[in-house]
Amino acid sequence: MTMTAYQWRRYTVRTSIYVVLILLTLVFLAPVYLVVVTSLKDPATINLASTWNLPEFPYWQSFGEVLEAFGPRLRNSVALVLGATVLSSVMGSLNGYIFSKWRVPGERYLFPLMLFGMFIPYQAILIPLFDFMRGVNLYGGVIGLIVIHTVYGLPITTLIFRNFYVDIPDEMLEAAAIDGADFFGIYRHIVFPLSIPGFVVVIIWQFTQIWNEFLFGVTMTNTDSQPITVGLAQLAGGEAVKWNLPMAGAIVAALPPLLVYIILGRYFIRGLLAGSVKG
Amino acid sequence: MRSNRDRLIAFVMLLPSLILVGIFVYGFITQAIQTSMTDWGQNPEQPPLAANVVKSFVGLQNYQNIMTDTLEFTFRNSLINTFFFTVFFVLGCVVAGLLLALLLDQNVKGEAFFRTVFLFPMALSFVVTGTIWRWMLQPNGGINILPQALLGLPPIQFTWINNRDVWLPFEWGNVPMYVTMLGIAILAFMAINYALSRRWRATQYAVIAAVVVLLIFLARLWDFIWLPLDTPEAETPIAPKGFNAALIGIIIAAVWQMSGYTMAMFIAGIRGVPEELREAARVDGCSEIDVYRRIVLPQLNPIILSAMIVLGHISLKIFDLVFAMAGPDNAKTVVPGLLVYTEGFRENAFAKASAIAVIMLFFVAVIIVPYLWSQLRQSSQER
Repeated sequence: MTMTAYQWRRYTVRTSIYVVLILLTLVFLAPVYLVVVTSLKDPATINLASTWNLPEFPYWQSFGEVLEAFGPRLRNSVALVLGATVLSSVMGSLNGYIFSKWRVPGERYLFPLMLFGMFIPYQAILIPLFDFMRGVNLYGGVIGLIVIHTVYGLPITTLIFRNFYVDIPDEMLEAAAIDGADFFGIYRHIVFPLSIPGFVVVIIWQFTQIWNEFLFGVTMTNTDSQPITVGLAQLAGGEAVKWNLPMAGAIVAALPPLLVYIILGRYFIRGLLAGSVKG
Repeated sequence: MRSNRDRLIAFVMLLPSLILVGIFVYGFITQAIQTSMTDWGQNPEQPPLAANVVKSFVGLQNYQNIMTDTLEFTFRNSLINTFFFTVFFVLGCVVAGLLLALLLDQNVKGEAFFRTVFLFPMALSFVVTGTIWRWMLQPNGGINILPQALLGLPPIQFTWINNRDVWLPFEWGNVPMYVTMLGIAILAFMAINYALSRRWRATQYAVIAAVVVLLIFLARLWDFIWLPLDTPEAETPIAPKGFNAALIGIIIAAVWQMSGYTMAMFIAGIRGVPEELREAARVDGCSEIDVYRRIVLPQLNPIILSAMIVLGHISLKIFDLVFAMAGPDNAKTVVPGLLVYTEGFRENAFAKASAIAVIMLFFVAVIIVPYLWSQLRQSSQER
């Protein structure tokens, strides 16, 4: 049986679509392959010419060395992410509730003014921030970094929650108000129980952003309070590096957000797209 | 009904966030502008980190220095780098994102898998991406020897980050010419557009033409403001300016990381085009390609603009990726975000770093404020 011209054309188009997609997949994953392969090589066997070869045997020691080199930085990042994510999500949820369901004097200006905070280059506030943090004795510690990430996380968390709460019908709130619920009652009994997906989006987003952040991490800390990204930059910096360590370090630093992305990708994308505003 | 007392509570609950953002964003911006007009870090008699450091007001001196001083060319070079980085990075992400989105819109099997693959770099830190790509772009390894490893072909001879070449030369004195050329290009594009569509949009064309003519005219004034200040630089034998080829590798890494983001935006946009609309076009005899050209892409235009603005402002702020790939002191890849770090936190030249930071903020505000305003106006109209 022969194919008609139409079938033949359709077949070639379909096939080429898949070929292009598979090629692109390989392009996107090539760096991953290289990282994994390099991290598992014995440093003595790493040379540029055999970059793409598989290791003769998996050499796991690099990961132990990396964990040792990161030392307290891994713990700092975990503490930082936990603290700042929880604080900025809770505050963002309240803000979103207020901006979407309560009339606040001047909210037409306050909300955009708040949102602008998520677009500014943080370099613009870095030096006054440095001055301020030194002044209140929070410079150079994990607590200070938690405060910084909480505050600069407020615009995006407020935005996501506000957009989420706008869809809750006002009638539900009014009904609760008639039943005698006050500001906190409405939040606790109606808004909060409906917020779980909103919280998932915000927590994932804040977790990834804060875990991956570098600028505040490198300028607002001392050696005891640095986050993992700074540790990785130090591991990979300089000229004569043994590449198994930075690659193993990159895997350790990438793993938590990557796992979150793979397991909860749908929510991650919602956070991602929320960043392009459209309130 | 909700009582006045509850309204008061609502406002009080909002207050901490307002105060924090007020201080940490607007208070600090004000302070940065103030600092940029002092000599903090420049006065040898005043140790910059002393508790009682005296900062004297110097007006716009710092701005004048970084814009015109012969020895302060690093900042101006960082602006040129940012310009080329932004153009190619935004273009790369939009084109790649569009390609990926259109491919995934073809009812492919395993769409979720492909989407996950193209988007996963978004979950990584720029520092991780930078570390990985520094290894990928080793002159004698990585992608340069990939043709060799796979097919036995000769390796690519390109030194990526170590490259010293300058392409697309740029001279500050030629800015009027660049503006004029851009203006002519826009007018030509309009003419072609008219020739193709045969639709005469009088007001639209008139506005664009007026803006172009105005720009060309304003560019003439450049000679008066720039050249008298620029003359010493012309006599100084410094490296040629333009698109530093060392940036190419960083742009590739950035596109690898961010094109999934544009893809996600475009997929969301394409899904927003009602299927009936496409079906109607097909019934009217449109081919699949025409459906995209006439129905889908026009609907994507505002989303492409959004993507360009979001990516553009990311590019203006770029810091960690360049830091991880080329180090903070590489003259060929220097960007303003890095200069604030090196000048401020290593040299303690706080005033100068503040001036650079304020200029960064200015550029970001120029593209973000109108965007934010139109986004919020649009959404309040829809409601």
